[in-house]
Amino acid sequence: MPTVFIPAQLQSFTGGARKVEVKGKTLREVIEALDAAFPGLRDRLVEGDRLRPGLAVAIDSVICSAGLRQAVRKDSEVHFIPAISGG
Amino acid sequence: MATVKTKKTTKSKKASQIPVRYRVIGTRPIRHDGVDKVTGRAQYGADVQLAGLLHGGILRSPHAHARIRSIDTGKAAALPGVKAVITSADIGPVTDRVVDLGEGATRLQHLRDNILASGKALYQGHAVAAVAATSPHIAQEALRLIEVDYEVLPPVLDLREAMEAGAPLLHEDLHTDDLGTKSMQPSNIAKHLRFEKGDLEKGFKKADQIFEREFLTSMVHQGYIEPHNATAFWNADGRLAIWCSTQGGFTVRQQAAAILDLPVSSIKVIPMEIGGGFGGKIHVYLEPVAALLSKKSGKPVKLVMDRAEVFEATGPTSGSHIQVKIGARKDGRIVAAQAQLAYEAGAFPGSLVVCGMMCIFAPYDLEHQRIDGYDVLVTKPKTAPYRAPGATNAAFASETVLDEIAEWAGIDPLEIRRLNGAKEGTRRADGLVYPRIGFLETLGAARKHPHASAPLEGPNRGRGVASGFWFNVGLKSSVTAAVNSDGTVSLTEGTPDIGGTRTSVAMQLAEVLGLAAADVKPQVVDTDSVGYNDVTGGSRVTFATGLAAIEAARDIERQMAERAARLWGVPASKVKAAGGVYRHATDSKKKITFKELAARLDETGGPVVGKASLDTSASAGGGFGTHIVDVEVDPETGKVQILRYTAVQDVGKAIHPSYVEGQLQGGVAQGAGWALNEEYFYDDQGRLANASFLDYRMPTALDLPMIDTVLVEVPNPGHPFGVRGVGEVPIVPPPAALANAIYRAAGVRLRQLPMNPGRVLEAILTRDGKPPSKA
Amino acid sequence: MKLHVKTTINGEEFEFLCEPRESLLEVLRDRLGLTGSKEGCNNGNCGACNVILDGRLVNSCLVFAAEAAGRAITTIEGIQGPEGLHPLQEKFLEHAALQCGICTPGFIVAAKALLDRNPDPSEAEVRLWLAGNLCRCTGYDKIVRAVLEAAKSTAVVMEK
Repeated sequence: MPTVFIPAQLQSFTGGARKVEVKGKTLREVIEALDAAFPGLRDRLVEGDRLRPGLAVAIDSVICSAGLRQAVRKDSEVHFIPAISGG
Repeated sequence: MATVKTKKTTKSKKASQIPVRYRVIGTRPIRHDGVDKVTGRAQYGADVQLAGLLHGGILRSPHAHARIRSIDTGKAAALPGVKAVITSADIGPVTDRVVDLGEGATRLQHLRDNILASGKALYQGHAVAAVAATSPHIAQEALRLIEVDYEVLPPVLDLREAMEAGAPLLHEDLHTDDLGTKSMQPSNIAKHLRFEKGDLEKGFKKADQIFEREFLTSMVHQGYIEPHNATAFWNADGRLAIWCSTQGGFTVRQQAAAILDLPVSSIKVIPMEIGGGFGGKIHVYLEPVAALLSKKSGKPVKLVMDRAEVFEATGPTSGSHIQVKIGARKDGRIVAAQAQLAYEAGAFPGSLVVCGMMCIFAPYDLEHQRIDGYDVLVTKPKTAPYRAPGATNAAFASETVLDEIAEWAGIDPLEIRRLNGAKEGTRRADGLVYPRIGFLETLGAARKHPHASAPLEGPNRGRGVASGFWFNVGLKSSVTAAVNSDGTVSLTEGTPDIGGTRTSVAMQLAEVLGLAAADVKPQVVDTDSVGYNDVTGGSRVTFATGLAAIEAARDIERQMAERAARLWGVPASKVKAAGGVYRHATDSKKKITFKELAARLDETGGPVVGKASLDTSASAGGGFGTHIVDVEVDPETGKVQILRYTAVQDVGKAIHPSYVEGQLQGGVAQGAGWALNEEYFYDDQGRLANASFLDYRMPTALDLPMIDTVLVEVPNPGHPFGVRGVGEVPIVPPPAALANAIYRAAGVRLRQLPMNPGRVLEAILTRDGKPPSKA
Repeated sequence: MKLHVKTTINGEEFEFLCEPRESLLEVLRDRLGLTGSKEGCNNGNCGACNVILDGRLVNSCLVFAAEAAGRAITTIEGIQGPEGLHPLQEKFLEHAALQCGICTPGFIVAAKALLDRNPDPSEAEVRLWLAGNLCRCTGYDKIVRAVLEAAKSTAVVMEK
């Protein structure tokens, strides 16, 4: 199952767990599974049908641009990180 | 869709789909906009002239913190020549929401309140009202006639005081987002964030020595020479045109649309030549104000800031308070690292503390880390990105502690970095794993450079070393490229050219098509004339717009191959293109050059246009630099003179080496200014005391030596030529490198920026013992 | 009340009307359309508005337009000769001595004023002379090299 790294500010949802494994073949499915296990998480990650503004997702350390449709493999690592751009 | 599919980057090898012997890449052609810029013909924002143009001015708060009880604009409006006067009441209500402007997310209310204060002025220089008149002088006179009744409130200027309970509040409705939980009481701390890796306590237990140090840095400004400007014309059909100096026409369009509550398509932004930005020309300040003045007057309106306004009212970068705790073994291996970073956000939330957190230990492979960050409001201007935003402050802290550890362990400063250095596969504190990176290569090149082993003669001299990291970003770029009948290509881009990117992008297109750089005619166009582009920022243009140009070139090449096939009456699959020559796969007599083919487009189906719109976020490659500096410290005055400077950086692949060198040299100069002299100097009432170039005192030609550069090329696997962003990394190491050099020269460790003569002298006068032996 | 001023700019005679409070920079840019001189600070700190006034390098933001009466001014627009770019302009391009370009006109005018009085300056002399011109992009390295190279190339021209 994909491993989701939980940002510090959301670890209150997971009882302090920093990593959780959930099922899902797309980012959307992963987030749905997270929300099923830890109710309320979805709303902290997603707004409407998109990631929340200011949030980026890296799957296997590669920043995704396909939004919630991004494919996730069985052994993937999913990180939610702040979106940055620079000067 | 990115051109390059980076499958599993942790295992990526050097990717190169195009022959490594380049004809254009790596050469140094004259930049396409060069002649216009050396003859004074290039048109910058303030050069815009339109029929009937009015000149505007902005009234700014003289107070750092004040409630605005009332504004009386009657006398100003009555002055002959005045055509419009506006306040925040003219903006119209906006629904407060979080908007993503391609440059981080912002609350719309904050964006709007920074343009024109509503309710409270939150820093000296905060815009309160604006006028448009027939001359700039009349506009200035009118501003003096506006009467504002302020209730002056206590300012909050010190970051640490601002964090304390009971400090005067900037925003009564702002509660700390503390690791996801909202605080009960309102606070000046907008946010607390954390990154964590491993088990910090376990790590510290393995340490032979723990180093705990505290650092302060001041707010500094990007210091671009061209002041902000904006000219707007709100036409009778509701279409709004904005000419301005910006790092991104599309972000101006988005911000203006959000503030003015217009659809983006009713705004056309014409980005003029830009006289420097460094991150400071991403937020809008003047554009919506000029638009409203134009709407009210029915005429085009130009606003140009003066230098004091630039300092007082645009975004500098955060001052900071950073605490670092690092545990090391006697052999120099770091076993645990902890940092707490508090960054000034200025008057509205949104400092780039998170970038500082992500960068502070990024050059190193450290098992146990915890990094906390605080975004803190103070009554100073809203901060903006500044070249590797957040990273320079952070590296000043971490890289000087590392220098102390090297000295304690008796290890060479370059060697301790190698020993702990990050490489492909290293996981950062934010959780991400590096693909192929070139940090160790920069250390190796630095060691080999003659500077590293040159004897350092004379008293009061010392050598310092420091490294730095910046992510570099990808984001979205669109280009179109039209083939001309004379065999040239007109390339249309939407990323403003701040430092020669027309040329570095054109060169990539030229390389693919087998053309000379001069055969490509690049231009940066308005937002109606090209697909969406993110800002010129994050060191992304040569990388991302370059990828788009490569994709557009391949699009052209496919079409040109079809045209050759048509000419020869063979299937397109029979035509092979390489280096600007199109050949029949089997019939060696059939070959035609790009130029010959371009002349025959009319008989093979008409014009050929290539295009590409990409999101390149997946494949941007991070960059590392390692700097060596020699200084001489005057023990009488505390003045630090830079004697020699060498900047080594992994640039992936230098498309135009001269401009890459220029990025390194410019970054060093800015970093040196930040290190030694520059700071926002406020009096106790929150009035900026040095809002001029004379008093802010950026480095001049006399303050710096030649700056030697070494371009290390570890190709970015995410770009066919291996390009990495280069612009931001070089500002990161200088303050730490200089602090380390000052220590070797004078025996004092400075932990506060700037390290100006007063501070250095004070440290010398209060130091214990003698200077240490030189490194 | 407006002043009537006659002056020579880049070898051409000009007449203009201006207010007493208008600076030479304002008139050059806003009344005469010579926008090559740039405003970076409007108080003489940055050199972006440098022009040569009767052989002397000045910040045009610190000169009243009325003071131009009867004098000869060289602006960036007048540096290029009929036969093409000035060696300084060529060397700035060859050496990539500009990035954003906003300070470039001022640097070229200032360097011209230097070479006019000292055709073979040392690096230290170039740095001292150009200390009144701010550049935030380049770190000055390539600018100083371009000026030194231009000096060399003009020296060669003079020997011929």
